[in-house]
Amino acid sequence: MAAASAGFICNVNVPKPVVIKLFSLNHVIKRRLSTSVTRCQSHCPQMVGVVGLEVHAQINSTSKLFSGSQVSFSSPPNSRVSYFDASLPGTLPVLNRRCVEAAVMTGLALNCTINMKSLFDRKHYFYADMPAGYQITQQRLPIAVSGLLIYSHLGGPKRNQVISKSIRIKQIQLEQDSGKSLHDEHQSQTLIDLNRAGVGLMELVMEPDMSCGEEAAAAVRELQLILQALGTCQGNMSEGQLRVDANVSVHRPGEPLGVRTEVKNINSIRHLARAIDHEIQRQMELLEQGGVVQNETRAFDQKTGLTIPMRDKEGLQDYRFMPEPNLPPLLLYVSGRVPAGLDPSQVVLVDRVKALLPELPGVRRERLVEEYGILPEHSYTLVNEDGLADYFETVVKATKAEPRKVIGWVVKELLSNLNQQNLKVNQSLVAARALAELLDLLETGHVSSTAAKVVFQELWKNPEKGAEKIIQEQNLGLMSDAATLQIICQKVVESHPEEVDIPKNVIVLNKLMGQVQKETKGRADPVQVRAILQELTSS
Amino acid sequence: RSGRSPRRVSKALREGRVSATDLCRKCLQRIRETHYLNAYISVTEELAMQQAERRRKLRLLRGYTFMWEPRGILDGVPFSVKDNFCTQGVETTCASLMLKGYTPPFNATVVQKLLDQGAVLLGKTNLDEFAMGSGSTDSSFGPVRNPWSEAVTGGRSSTELGSDWAIAGGSSGGSAAAVASLSCYLSLGSDTGGSTRNPGALCGVVALKPTYGVLSRHGLIPLVNSMDVPGILTRRVCDAAIVLDILRGPDERDSTTVPSPALDCALTEELDLTRITVGIPQVTDWFQDAGQEVVVSSALAGTAGGLPSDLFPWR
Repeated sequence: MAAASAGFICNVNVPKPVVIKLFSLNHVIKRRLSTSVTRCQSHCPQMVGVVGLEVHAQINSTSKLFSGSQVSFSSPPNSRVSYFDASLPGTLPVLNRRCVEAAVMTGLALNCTINMKSLFDRKHYFYADMPAGYQITQQRLPIAVSGLLIYSHLGGPKRNQVISKSIRIKQIQLEQDSGKSLHDEHQSQTLIDLNRAGVGLMELVMEPDMSCGEEAAAAVRELQLILQALGTCQGNMSEGQLRVDANVSVHRPGEPLGVRTEVKNINSIRHLARAIDHEIQRQMELLEQGGVVQNETRAFDQKTGLTIPMRDKEGLQDYRFMPEPNLPPLLLYVSGRVPAGLDPSQVVLVDRVKALLPELPGVRRERLVEEYGILPEHSYTLVNEDGLADYFETVVKATKAEPRKVIGWVVKELLSNLNQQNLKVNQSLVAARALAELLDLLETGHVSSTAAKVVFQELWKNPEKGAEKIIQEQNLGLMSDAATLQIICQKVVESHPEEVDIPKNVIVLNKLMGQVQKETKGRADPVQVRAILQELTSS
Repeated sequence: RSGRSPRRVSKALREGRVSATDLCRKCLQRIRETHYLNAYISVTEELAMQQAERRRKLRLLRGYTFMWEPRGILDGVPFSVKDNFCTQGVETTCASLMLKGYTPPFNATVVQKLLDQGAVLLGKTNLDEFAMGSGSTDSSFGPVRNPWSEAVTGGRSSTELGSDWAIAGGSSGGSAAAVASLSCYLSLGSDTGGSTRNPGALCGVVALKPTYGVLSRHGLIPLVNSMDVPGILTRRVCDAAIVLDILRGPDERDSTTVPSPALDCALTEELDLTRITVGIPQVTDWFQDAGQEVVVSSALAGTAGGLPSDLFPWR
């Protein structure tokens, strides 16, 4: 019924009965499709989702942004707290050079304009895990602005097309992380751990250029890969090194943007997609029922897949922004244009940072395609899995086999084994060298391709044995003796007289070949067998 | 008398004419005698005597070998510090109940520099709460009385001051009163909008507000971060110059400090009156509006009258 009324609003001039019917049908179909790609299609064909992300990336540095205490995950509580982190009166912030370089490098990698002068501000609010009562951030003039995150995801009907999209990045700013609060409901107390207080964060604010959960997930994945390649952030969402909040609203294209809600408490990329899609759906349904979307913060509950309103935000907060008086403006320089008399240890040179930029994921994907002649979607998979591209390149260098043959093994055999046991590439039971060995044996004709697959699985179970040993032990070597093959083929042909009557049929031939391979446990040389069978069947 | 100037007493200490412990004891005695001024919030008797003893021992040990080098010109010289400077192990209250019982785990940079010289810390002086004030009247530990109060109230016994007393000025009133009452040779105050100069003037001592950024604020509990500076109170201008030179310098723990040139002039103690020029503001309506015209102009006339007339061409 809701769909029908929407239909009425959308298409006034179309004869009612037809429209209503179509819409209700669509409504029903869409309700049934829960996890397909078509989540990107809107509930009501006219409304679309608008998604913007706010990403907080913990800077990968030895010490914190404004103090010398160490940054480390899971240290004993309150063991990494300096006087400044605890906000003892009289202490002052001192900027960490490494954090500045990390922010500049990230800005350059994301095609941002680096502000050669940026400023620090105080953002005031009260919370127990922030002893100072304010957070030092960069609200007026951040370190980098106007960037572009280019990401790709696999789309198309077979999900094998690499589709490239981009999101505008509004700004990147340096700011402090807060401590952690652990709420002990049982004893009605909250415990504060300040280890994380003061750790450097890069806040990346993105424009609302996305329309659904899948796009957001792909974008965050790409961002993760970029940050990991740069080394500026380890990007682990479950450890809180990368935190993503989504701003979600819905509207009809052409009309002004709708009221947005902020979705928090997302700790994996998969949950991100789910949370956003659910929120978009919730808002659309709400609007269709004549409701109003509230500008609120909602938490994502991963058990139910729903977003629930978070307890109060007390209306709009006044953060009383003011310039941080204890930090002078942050000035960056370019080589050759540094004023005389400056201590070199106090100078960050933007061009030097640029020269240190490593190969970014996008560039790597293209290079892999060009250098090895593999398909774009395979290149996408290689870069997407941590360490897989390195594995692939190692195998290619160590084996005589062509890259195009190697890629199949890496992307199919290796990856499926890893996924089955939920292992990472660096935990692979078959090392790159071992696979290279196997492929060499395949190339030189010691084993057939079918047998090789069996060998691979055996290697997986017994990694300490080499490929050669397994071939020997299990007698998987290529059977290429013409006489033996002739006998076996003869036998197979004789036992399948009905097929033989149909001459030159490829399907029949393949079936017979399958039988031969079964007989020989996959060891027969397929080329010879095919020739022999063809001869036998055509006569 | 060697009692007035750190430089003189420093010489006396170096030459062994007076020991660091004797000096410290005398100053602590003086503090007790002038307790009614309420210039001190905490007096660190034990700590001061320990420090003095250490300086004395070192002087003795090395003195026998004629190889003793004072740590610095202030070696063994007693000093006090306004209670908004963090002092390690010594209660720092900012004259407020909010920080009563707070003992910082570190020294303010300027305090550390004085301690590194071998100077002896006598105690923490009283101030307006969190340095918010210009009279030292708003402290949680009671107001500071001006040592010159009797000049205003009219000759009463110097050991007692009843309800009739003059303010010391603020917010570094305790520091100024301590220096003016001879209980220490120098004191650190802080200045945001006159908080060192004001009590310096009211207590008749030399008060120096250094340029922002020349001295480190690390450990100075802030009032206005972009205006606060540590202030220096002494009895002679040359002493203030010496202390400034010791305390100045960029501090990596304070990002608002800047390098500054060394003082390349030596100020003498003896003043040749025939060579000075005195400047007096000509705008007397300002004094009139403040209602102090009679007192100020008569004081000016009195002073000017006592000096050679060629010093005042404007008259």
